[in-house]
Amino acid sequence: MTDTSITPTTQPGDWASDQEVRWCPGCGDYSILTAMRMLMPSLGTEPHNTVFVSGIGCAARFPYYMNSYGVHGIHGRAPAIATGLAMARPDLDVWVIGGDGDMLSIGGNHLIHALRRNVKIKVLLFNNQIYGLTKGQFSPTSEIGKVTKSSPMGSLDAPFNPLAVALGAEASFVARTHDMDRQHMMDTFRRAHEHDGAAFVEVFQNCNVFNDGAFEGVTKKQNRDANLISLTHGEPIQFGADGEFGVIDESGCARVVHTADVSTDELLTHDETKHDPSTAFMLARLARGPFEPTPIGVFRAVRRSEYAMASTRQLAAAQQKQGAADIAQLLRSRGTWYV
Amino acid sequence: MTDTASRELPLQEIDEVIIRFAGDSGDGMQLTGDQFTSISAALGNDLSTLPEFPAEIRAPQGTLAGVSAFQVRISDFDITTPGDAPTVLVAMNPAALKAQLHNLAQGGALILNTDAFNDRNLEKAGYSSNPLDDGTLDDYRSYPVPMSQITRDAVAEHGVKPRDAERSKNFFALGLISWMYTRPVEPTLEFINTKFRGREQVINANTAAFKAGYNFGETAEIFEAHYEVKPAPLAPGEYTNVNGNTALAWGCVVAGQLARLPVFLGSYPITPASDILHEMSLKKNFGVRTFQAEDEIAAAASAVGAAFGGALAFTSTSGPGLALKGETLSLAVSLELPMVVLDIQRGGPSTGLPTKPEQADLMMAMYGRHSESPLPIVAPRSPADCFDIAIEASRIALKYRTPVIVLSDGYLANSSEPWLLPDVDALPDIGVDFATEFNGTNEDGDGIFLPYLRDPDTLARPWAIPGTPGLMHRVGGIEKEDGTGNISYEPENHQLMVDLRQAKIDGVDVPDVEVAGEADADLAVLGWGSTWGAIDAAAGRLRDDGHRVAHVHLRHLNPLPANLGEVLRRYRAVVCPEMNKGQLCDLVRAKYLIDVEHIGKIDGVPFTTGEVTSAVRKRLEELAGS
Repeated sequence: MTDTSITPTTQPGDWASDQEVRWCPGCGDYSILTAMRMLMPSLGTEPHNTVFVSGIGCAARFPYYMNSYGVHGIHGRAPAIATGLAMARPDLDVWVIGGDGDMLSIGGNHLIHALRRNVKIKVLLFNNQIYGLTKGQFSPTSEIGKVTKSSPMGSLDAPFNPLAVALGAEASFVARTHDMDRQHMMDTFRRAHEHDGAAFVEVFQNCNVFNDGAFEGVTKKQNRDANLISLTHGEPIQFGADGEFGVIDESGCARVVHTADVSTDELLTHDETKHDPSTAFMLARLARGPFEPTPIGVFRAVRRSEYAMASTRQLAAAQQKQGAADIAQLLRSRGTWYV
Repeated sequence: MTDTASRELPLQEIDEVIIRFAGDSGDGMQLTGDQFTSISAALGNDLSTLPEFPAEIRAPQGTLAGVSAFQVRISDFDITTPGDAPTVLVAMNPAALKAQLHNLAQGGALILNTDAFNDRNLEKAGYSSNPLDDGTLDDYRSYPVPMSQITRDAVAEHGVKPRDAERSKNFFALGLISWMYTRPVEPTLEFINTKFRGREQVINANTAAFKAGYNFGETAEIFEAHYEVKPAPLAPGEYTNVNGNTALAWGCVVAGQLARLPVFLGSYPITPASDILHEMSLKKNFGVRTFQAEDEIAAAASAVGAAFGGALAFTSTSGPGLALKGETLSLAVSLELPMVVLDIQRGGPSTGLPTKPEQADLMMAMYGRHSESPLPIVAPRSPADCFDIAIEASRIALKYRTPVIVLSDGYLANSSEPWLLPDVDALPDIGVDFATEFNGTNEDGDGIFLPYLRDPDTLARPWAIPGTPGLMHRVGGIEKEDGTGNISYEPENHQLMVDLRQAKIDGVDVPDVEVAGEADADLAVLGWGSTWGAIDAAAGRLRDDGHRVAHVHLRHLNPLPANLGEVLRRYRAVVCPEMNKGQLCDLVRAKYLIDVEHIGKIDGVPFTTGEVTSAVRKRLEELAGS
């Protein structure tokens, strides 16, 4: 999907701000930041036309480290701030960065509404299944029974599945990637950037201080064969050494099978453009957690009217119909009389 | 109007009339009142209106809770309030009579739809006997009219189902009142044709009902006279009739033009502010983008985002919404971005009285955010002033890069008055320049952009919008280093930034307050916002009675006008009528150590002139005796 026609006018270094990066050493955020800085030159965009918007949390410090325009907002509200910005300025590239607490807990409402409106913002949710900045409470994506400072006997909360939430909110672009594969992150972020509408990307991100190894069962090199399913549009969904395993649709549920046990045409062929989100939803729920076979890649990429452009079209239509702005006419629009 | 030989009734000239139309909330009283207002405006009367409606869309029919009323005062002289007590009450059913009778002036006229006074409706209204004949109305002039029946008869020929026929009875009432006050019929006939275009049967029915009402007045031989209110000596010019919410919405739209900026409104529907969203969403041809957000917080947050992008951003709300926006406004204070919050105050706390006015959000506007989070506050004093206040709020927001709160209220929102249209060319230019160049250098002598390097005069920071090459910068809610805007946790820097944010707001250029009345008066009435009309009229009455009273009215509440302390110290006493428990009093007392005396009223109904007059008179008498 790489657009080779773009001649980069910037270098990755041009996208780094002068601010010292202050995440904990070993944090997964570093590799995401590097992937973003490396990707940017090839997108054909400029730092001054790019805005990173964030809420609160470790991930939300991201804008400070990119040499673009940036807003470090308040907890949970980044999708709403970004929506206003993207509406006022459809010419900009607007990225939204946040963690699982920021986007799915305090800001869950704004996330789902931004996605259903399909406003052109690129939402990257760094999911580490823990509250990092407040030092280790369970998050809305933590597994049931998780023992943390605020859940000494284990968390009682059933977690959100971020992709299922996004699909349920009618997101037109839904993808997942992870912080141990820079190229996959870059490919996925590029696809999000190219998408004409709201894009939602879950990034499995390791918090080595409060939730170390949460995604190891899937993302660690030696586990990838067994548990990482890379989705490719138009290809049968297969994984493992020599495609040992595959995924089938069993009465509306995705199930992992030995490829040898089924005929090739029984395997699900990945179709990210399918308008009905049922298959994407099924795939999003294939794994109960990052310890069994888990798909990554683009789950869904469908065309739907983009919100800011639709708003712009209404402005144009209104001008056509009502004429250009005219203050004198406005003030007389309810009828006048002379004294 | 009619070819029936009309009786020669005397035509009496009166200087004013205050009519209150009251009926069920489905009876179309607001529409009736609006239309009577429009005709009177076109005749050149001065006027002022007070709509009053329940929070429920359709409260149970015939009950007190479901009564909707519209008061309009028309006069041949300059007025500033919708009047204390109606002199005419049109009651469409027993509930309307019961709910409104106490408002009617002694000896006032009652026009009653007698058809609605059946046992069932009387019971629903809580009448144990029929007020039409039990003496309840002895102190008034009653005009019983079988409105429902005459309306049904009048519309019968148009094939309207009996069930629907009665729905035209508000036009019957309008016709009758139009006759009583010699209003022309053509504007209403045109209005019916326009309003119900494409629904021939409805047009015919309403037209027939309206004419029937008019003819009834002329022929029924129950009225002794009809009346004329001559035009008021208003300043010559072109007028329109606006309510506060419309004027505020237009002010926001026009502010965008005056600033040469696209307008953005992020809003979540809330009574009584929703009409601002409605009105502004009709102005897309002005490049106005309206965004109906998922909640109050998102509405404010979207405005912050739009402001960062270079729009003139607004968010409209009422008290509960302002509470929800608090954290986002603190962000805007910290980011130092321009935006305007329109708070149309209503009764509270909590859901309170959604359709009734109050002035009790002043302290929340002033202090209702965490930490030291100062911002300018302005308040319109009349419906038409809402237009100017929107422009003034925008001017301050843009010049000082700050959120500004406008405190209007449910009274101004829905009340209307004639507005002499401003000279468009004389409206102020409130445009500001975006930053486009470096404004500093680094250690190597290279040009850099310092997003928090302030203008020495205004202390405003530069506004560099995305898309400007070279000026990329990050702003955030974490404390920023002076100049660079980089994250800083340094103690001295935080002290400096807190002081700078305060100094910037303290330095906003606010005009000196003007005093109405004698400079050497004994007593000053201090007010703010929508109490202006009642205070102005009360001060006028008291002066007519020989008292020496000054009126000091604030449009700028933060910062306060620089001369306010000096002005208030001139008087032996300062009283302050407010629809709250003394919020401006407390602010002024704290700041100036002046013993401002509170005159409170917090019952969901605006101050009447009489209430202000008697409270102030009492204080004047005490002063005279001391």
